[in-house]
Amino acid sequence: MTVAAERPMRLVEHFEHGLDAPICLTWELTYACNLACVHCLSSSGRRDPRELTTGQAERVIDELQAMQVFYVNIGGGEPTIRPDFWHLLDYAVAHNVGVKFSTNGARITPERARQLAVTDYVDVQVSLDGATAEINDRVRGAGSYATALRALDNLAAAGFENAKVSVVLTRENADQLDDFKALAESRGATLRLTRLRPSGRGADVWDDLHPTMQQQRLVYEWLLAHGESVLTGDSFFHLAGFGESLPGLNLCGAGRVVCLIDPVGDVYACPFAIHDTFLAGNVLTDGGFARVWRESSLFADLRAPQSSGACTQCAHYDGCRGGCMAAKFFTGLPLDGPDPECVQGYSEARLAADRTIPAASQDHSKSGSSHAPVFVPLGVGPAAPPARSCSEHPLEGFHPHVDHQGVARG
Amino acid sequence: MALDEARVDALDEALDEAWELAPQVALRDEAFGALAYHFTTRRLTFLKSRDLVDVVRLLGGSTTLREALDAAGVDAGSWDAYARAVLALADGDMVRRREVAA
Repeated sequence: MTVAAERPMRLVEHFEHGLDAPICLTWELTYACNLACVHCLSSSGRRDPRELTTGQAERVIDELQAMQVFYVNIGGGEPTIRPDFWHLLDYAVAHNVGVKFSTNGARITPERARQLAVTDYVDVQVSLDGATAEINDRVRGAGSYATALRALDNLAAAGFENAKVSVVLTRENADQLDDFKALAESRGATLRLTRLRPSGRGADVWDDLHPTMQQQRLVYEWLLAHGESVLTGDSFFHLAGFGESLPGLNLCGAGRVVCLIDPVGDVYACPFAIHDTFLAGNVLTDGGFARVWRESSLFADLRAPQSSGACTQCAHYDGCRGGCMAAKFFTGLPLDGPDPECVQGYSEARLAADRTIPAASQDHSKSGSSHAPVFVPLGVGPAAPPARSCSEHPLEGFHPHVDHQGVARG
Repeated sequence: MALDEARVDALDEALDEAWELAPQVALRDEAFGALAYHFTTRRLTFLKSRDLVDVVRLLGGSTTLREALDAAGVDAGSWDAYARAVLALADGDMVRRREVAA
């Protein structure tokens, strides 16, 4: 909601110039994860030995309090794997920094659920990428559907109100939106639907998993019909190119109103941009988070007027403002052109042409994990595992079909 | 017409009432005005002018909205607009009516 007393001001312009502190801050507490989802934004799996200590994490929270960052989105990896997770949660809440954390649910036991139910200012998002075990587990791993539902049941039984069921929209689950909503509501929870980004391991599966144009249209109409009863993290603003803007902030907030702190204290422009190109600084070595936010040269660049190239000529530019920077970057598209999922189709030619996918800057995937799901698109035989940069599989690099991604990442 | 009259009455009433920022709400100043965050509902609201922020901050120490507007130096011609803004904020529980001790 925005409330203006007199002349309407263009809030969007203020946001583009950057605020004194982020509105929406994501903090990945650890790269360690018990799962190995094929589309993981942060390529999580193994813990980074340089992970912030408890004391260092508390100092970050102190800074967030001083900057009046009202809440933080905590993720990972699986954040509850950190032994001090519950302490840091209490510490943040006690310092007026609300916590919304994402979990696969493995550690949301009945006891933890009861604890969460009596803690103010905490929000829980349980990740689920299929309304059926079949669709979910292909992406998130065997048993992960049952784990997520058990967590949601535990929260509901404990009286935790309004948990979130957090779904990444894919080609395979785009037809399950009503089922997701019903599943959430049956447990007193709210559906949160976000966009699949080609970031982290998502780069490996984006071509096969991102929704089709026809699905994008249906999702757009579904979101318009359901309005604010479904949360989206404002992640579908590229769909504004269909006509009407969706509720929320319809612009790229990277480095302007949004950023990410990773487990070792590196600050990136947005949660979908864990790559050296978007690294603004480090909370330990660059004088703290506030200083990185206010003084980094990368963020200064992002807050300067951007060139949007051909997009500025488009009738829908005011709606989508060129779309998502990270989605362009990780699909090898120019940052001053249209989003790879531009709903007017202005990226189709470029996507079909040769492009160079940027090499990953880091990868915490577990190598050779026997539990990891290997994504195989529906309708295609099991002979084509997605290339993963650190895979030790003896058949790595052997593909019955050649695609641009495998070539670029090596 | 009846609807318009009812609306004017509601604004007059709001101007004569005592208000305060809800205790679960924090304000963060920004160049455009302020962010208001409600820790319980987790709603974020943008107050899009400095004057409105001043008025909201003065509510708790004023006996009526009129008094707060006056103290903030807001031109009387735009008081109705401010009353509408305060009512919109009240809908989101950002501000609320306050009992005034007799």
